[in-house]
Amino acid sequence: MTPPITELDAEALYKTLLEQIKAAMASQPDLAVVGIHSGGAWIAERIASDLQLAHKPGFVDVSFYRDDYAEKGLRPDVKPSQIPFEVEGATILLIDDVLYTGRTTRAAINELFDYGRPRKIMLAALIDRGERELPVAADFVAATVSVGGNQTLVLQRDDDGAFSLKVEHA
Amino acid sequence: MLNPQLNTNGELQHLLTIEGLPQAVITHILDTASSFVGVSDREVKKVPLMRGKSVFNLFFENSTRTRTTFEIAAKRLSADVINLNIDSSSASKGESLLDTVDNLTAMHSDMFVVRHSQSGAPFLIAQHLSRNRQHHVHVVNAGDGRHAHPTQGLLDMYTIRHYKKDFSNLTVAIVGDVLHSRVARSDIQALKTLGVPEIRLIGPKTLIPSQMEQMGVRVFTCMNEGLKDVDVIIMLRLQNERMSGALLPSAQEFFKSYGLTPERLALAKRDAIVMHPGPMNRGVEIDSAVADGTQAVILPQVTYGIAVRMAVMSILAGNQ
Amino acid sequence: MKLHIQNGRLIDPANGIDAIRDLYIAEGKIVAIREAGQTWPDFASNRTIDAAGLVVAPGFVDLSARLREPGYEYKATLESEMEAAMHGGVTSLVCPPDTDPVLEEPGLVEMLKYRAKSLNQAHVYPLGALTVGLKGETLTEMAELTEAGCVGFSQAAEPILDTVVLLRAMQYAKTFGYSVWLRPQDGYLSRNGLAHGGPVAARLGLAGIPTIAETIALNTIFELVRVTGARVHLCRMSSAAGLELVRSAKKEGLPITCDVGAHHIHLTEDDIGFFDSNARMLPPFRSRTDRDAISQCLLDGTIDAICSDHTPVDDDEKLLPFGEATPGATGLELLLSLALKWADQCVSQDQQQLSRAIAKITSDAARIVGLPCGQLSMGSVADICIFDPAARWKVCASTLASQGKHTPFLEHELTGQVKFTIVEGRVAYEP
Repeated sequence: MTPPITELDAEALYKTLLEQIKAAMASQPDLAVVGIHSGGAWIAERIASDLQLAHKPGFVDVSFYRDDYAEKGLRPDVKPSQIPFEVEGATILLIDDVLYTGRTTRAAINELFDYGRPRKIMLAALIDRGERELPVAADFVAATVSVGGNQTLVLQRDDDGAFSLKVEHA
Repeated sequence: MLNPQLNTNGELQHLLTIEGLPQAVITHILDTASSFVGVSDREVKKVPLMRGKSVFNLFFENSTRTRTTFEIAAKRLSADVINLNIDSSSASKGESLLDTVDNLTAMHSDMFVVRHSQSGAPFLIAQHLSRNRQHHVHVVNAGDGRHAHPTQGLLDMYTIRHYKKDFSNLTVAIVGDVLHSRVARSDIQALKTLGVPEIRLIGPKTLIPSQMEQMGVRVFTCMNEGLKDVDVIIMLRLQNERMSGALLPSAQEFFKSYGLTPERLALAKRDAIVMHPGPMNRGVEIDSAVADGTQAVILPQVTYGIAVRMAVMSILAGNQ
Repeated sequence: MKLHIQNGRLIDPANGIDAIRDLYIAEGKIVAIREAGQTWPDFASNRTIDAAGLVVAPGFVDLSARLREPGYEYKATLESEMEAAMHGGVTSLVCPPDTDPVLEEPGLVEMLKYRAKSLNQAHVYPLGALTVGLKGETLTEMAELTEAGCVGFSQAAEPILDTVVLLRAMQYAKTFGYSVWLRPQDGYLSRNGLAHGGPVAARLGLAGIPTIAETIALNTIFELVRVTGARVHLCRMSSAAGLELVRSAKKEGLPITCDVGAHHIHLTEDDIGFFDSNARMLPPFRSRTDRDAISQCLLDGTIDAICSDHTPVDDDEKLLPFGEATPGATGLELLLSLALKWADQCVSQDQQQLSRAIAKITSDAARIVGLPCGQLSMGSVADICIFDPAARWKVCASTLASQGKHTPFLEHELTGQVKFTIVEGRVAYEP
């Protein structure tokens, strides 16, 4: 199941992911979603709305938890993290657009734990591009795709809110 | 002359003064600060950015308030903080400023937060570190003599931005002892860089040097005139020493002409905000009714001060 | 020792000479000045110096050079500073009385003169203290001090706050015909000031010394001169307004002369930059208008002479925050270059500019102390400086002989380098 990158339809992938989560939702009525800026945040916003979740979606910017601060310094466009629900004891679905090395997920989990101790964290990603550098696995994935080492996959959202995927050279 | 605040890549290596900082740098600091505001509301009020880094508070001039806010900011970045009050240690035994810096650098400090009674002291330290190729050590000026208090200037700008949003159509008044005020100088520099069109200084002639107009400000000796329709009022602290230097006759007379009372506040715009770098002398520069009133944003300034200092330290520490 | 200096451009402002000449020296004196290229076999010189392409001038007369002895030997010693004088082509210098102890004891003056003389380098002319301890309260024994060798009386940089004491000091000096050397700086207005009271100090948060500190002091001094008739030399002018007052006073015929420190001809308050302690000076560097007035007043004679105001300050006292640093800069070795730099930048770019510049550090300075130095007349003591007006050199710790390594011109390249310094007919320095 490795479609070529040029044929990826982000909207279709979103629907796939949504269905997967919906199916699992039955046993998690109190699920809360947290999206990782920026792509994961957009997806979380839509998921929370489409599934009519009880909790408003949360957003984290992992800039303060990254492991490459010493080499790269602070990024210029840090956004505030907001979690509008109680993390303590919560069941959280962490959402990112592209799951790659796993470092962003690690940072996001560390950040969540600074808000409180969740009961459970699950991970959803639109795309899993493999090449993990940490032992991280997603619970929900819409597509597994190979991306060249010198390329990045970026989720975009247009003015109407429609998703699309773009390949950029690193 | 090379700007000692910037490294060879044009990035901020030290924060010594607002003067000479491009607008983009100031805006970046304010934007980063807004991300840090939320940290203080969390269960764990920390982010791991400066974990393992040592921040030395080098205070040659006593100040519990400022030192505490820098300490809190550094700790919220997970840094280790060491406080040095120099009047009680080596300098009073005759060790020179630069020898003290060298000793601490040998203990692998990453950042010096320096307060000194002499204008220019942090520049001396920054130049010394550069000459000795200690490029990984950063200096933050926590107030040097009458010259600058850049983090105060930045947090004042953050506060103004929070309440007023747009700098380009504001009138800001700074009231009191401008002559001796590093806060006033930093505020003026920041307001100018951010494009505030009208900056007013209000005070008696003894406390406002005549050459200040060359910094692009309007000087008023009449408080009532100066406060007309202003959007922001920054009150400066009046120190007791001013009475002994023949600069002012008494605190009472100062309050009479320049104290911010509710009546005077009414001359400003209805939604004008009142700021003060602290600590306040109630009844000297500001009436309690105003200090405790709805237009005063003095306590939020303190909260923002921590976020701004966290932003400054994390930006500096990330620029190698 | 018979010395023949040939083919040099002889510039002797005292005698109005600026031409290629040969100079002949015997027994420490100038015995002949002849057209270049003419031989004089009878002279039988022991040494001939070919000064082609170089300027041959009288040894420079510096109206203010601190030698730091007695008392401040950790900052500099007589040996190092006299060596610096030789490197700078200075063969006669006046030293201020702010030593430790202050130069108010005839014995101390005699010892200083004796020590200096035994080095066989520049001639040292001490100024005696005008008041005991420079405190501005009681008079010193001016007659005894003059006998011991003082050429005038000064307060160095210390103000006299009590106008009655200043009046009496000037009356007493006038009684015996002594000259009084005063800094026009009001004690109260300059107290605690760090920089010129202008926009730079306002912006940098440095306590200012306003121009009125100079003009108020000048007005007081001029009134006292009118009343006492004392001869006063004003030390280290710094402002356009002050120079206007000097110009009027001279026009009025008051017995006034004045000098300017070589650094102040070129530098302004802007040179403080990012709190550079090397720019901490007394009087402070003022505005561009003031600096331009200094340059103009040197040209029109309102300022009589340029001095180095040589003040060796060591690292421990300069590597400090601006307000804690000791004011002053090393100057003996920069005097020539800074005088030439003025000549170069002067509006009046005529042939006589070089001669004018040299006059300011030779004959014009000598006239103020009333000594027969600073000239190359027949029979004059052979104190000579031969320099290359075009040679460039870098000011840095290794090139300076003085123990004072601090000047705002540190790391700068200057033009004008001394090639020979001759004292009483003997080559005392050649690099």
